[in-house]
Amino acid sequence: MSPSHTDKTYERELKDLRERLLAMGGRVEAQLASAVKAVVERDPELASRVKKSDSDVNRLEVEIDDACRRLLALRQPAASDLRFIATALKIVVDLERMGDLAVNVAERAIDLCQAPSLGPVHDLESLAGMAQMQLKHALDAFVEGDVEKAREVMETDGFLDALYLKIFNDMLTRMMEDSRAIRRATSLMFAAKHLERFGDHCTNVAEMVVYMVRGTDVRHPRSRQLKST
Amino acid sequence: MDAPANKISVQGLKAWFGKNEVIHGASLDIPDRSVLAIIGPSGCGKSTFLRCLNRMHELTPGAGSSGKMLLDDRDLYAASVDPVELRRRVGMVFQRPNPFPTMSIARNVSAGLRLNRVPGDHAEVVERCLRQAALWDEVKDRLDAPATGLSGGQQQRLCIARALAVEPEVLLMDEPASALDPIATAKVEDLIHELKQRYTIVIVTHNMQQAARVSDRTAFFYLGELVESGPTEKIFTNPSEQRTEDYVTGKFG
Ligand SMILES: Nc1ncnc2c1ncn2[C@@H]1O[C@H](COP(=O)(O)OP(=O)(O)O)[C@@H](O)[C@H]1O
Ligand SMILES: [Mg+2]
Repeated sequence: MSPSHTDKTYERELKDLRERLLAMGGRVEAQLASAVKAVVERDPELASRVKKSDSDVNRLEVEIDDACRRLLALRQPAASDLRFIATALKIVVDLERMGDLAVNVAERAIDLCQAPSLGPVHDLESLAGMAQMQLKHALDAFVEGDVEKAREVMETDGFLDALYLKIFNDMLTRMMEDSRAIRRATSLMFAAKHLERFGDHCTNVAEMVVYMVRGTDVRHPRSRQLKST
Repeated sequence: MDAPANKISVQGLKAWFGKNEVIHGASLDIPDRSVLAIIGPSGCGKSTFLRCLNRMHELTPGAGSSGKMLLDDRDLYAASVDPVELRRRVGMVFQRPNPFPTMSIARNVSAGLRLNRVPGDHAEVVERCLRQAALWDEVKDRLDAPATGLSGGQQQRLCIARALAVEPEVLLMDEPASALDPIATAKVEDLIHELKQRYTIVIVTHNMQQAARVSDRTAFFYLGELVESGPTEKIFTNPSEQRTEDYVTGKFG
């Protein structure tokens, strides 16, 4: 571990920023868990609570943004501190979008409760579990500065895509079998899509973690190649 | 194209005062028409490094150096090199503005020429250098007034004009803005950007943000050791050495 900053206030401000990001991540994780629970248990009350809690996440986003701007203006951070703050500014956007996606899933839950159940939604539950796990690992990678863990998150994303595709096809089949299921199957399809997008944002976070630790940008390798030729 | 890409090349430089070695083998290249910033805590050898570049270091009794120092691929310490001529080619600006107090603004600028016995009234040179030092507009109506009547920032730019008058190729600046207010500092920094079109500049600064703002490359010295040198952007966003990282992020142990 490197020594801490000679200026203790600065050290505390950076620590505080890290903790706020984690708190925000925790909120989003809980939102997603509740939203999926609302779908599975057909609980519109719970879904409404998820929608209401979105303002907390939005408030955290604004606070974290402010903290980053203040640090940039007043501390002129360099090297790993600079990369950490640049990462925080981006991660916060992804986390806020993930919160929105959890709300979208909650809205699907409310819609699905309007009509009888289409039966168990095991795949959707699995997909949600994977999405939650991805967020948890991405945040762990961020806190621990763990590039390996971040890379695992990036590699795991393919499984979420595959499961989404399976749900998509299953729902199409349901619609073709029974036109009365179209609205509900579409809702489930959307919910699955939101979860898959949720996973993409976890990948974004993981990519930023690699940048933060290594100082190299691993996003869009192909566009980089184009630029250098 | 046939000009060497590196104006200065330093290889394995050691420097000492008596028995006390204060630079322990530094190697570094300075590209032509670029700005190198030297950062590091007090006493790490920044000024000594600078003073080796124009052989001022050896003027201190008991002081000496070894290693290779090339200017335009030619050895600075070759017997054929006249140190006085070398110091004309490699000019120096100091931390405290030090105009000659009894001389007018114009005579301060031309002092170096007169010392070198260049004949003439030097009016053209005075104007050119004051313009290059971004001071002309502020002093053109009082060229015969004493230099001591200028503000600190103006005096520092006057000293830069004085250094430019002898047509150097390299400008060494030892904390040139540390005694200046923010506006004067910004003017000197802006001037550095201008000057690098024509000159190779080496600047020692305690202000890391200043190093980041003005330089193309940065060298970090610590306890007489050149820890790391490289593109300024890299040093301040992703340095290779942990000690550089700790220094630029403000972890001073
Ligand atoms: N004239 C001198 N005589 C003896 N030692 C000196 C002299 N000037 C500097 N030193 C020593 O050399 C070391 C490097 O000093 P210097 O190059 O001035 O450092 P910096 O410019 O980084 O503050 C210090 O330990 C300092 O004490
Ligand atoms: Mg010094």
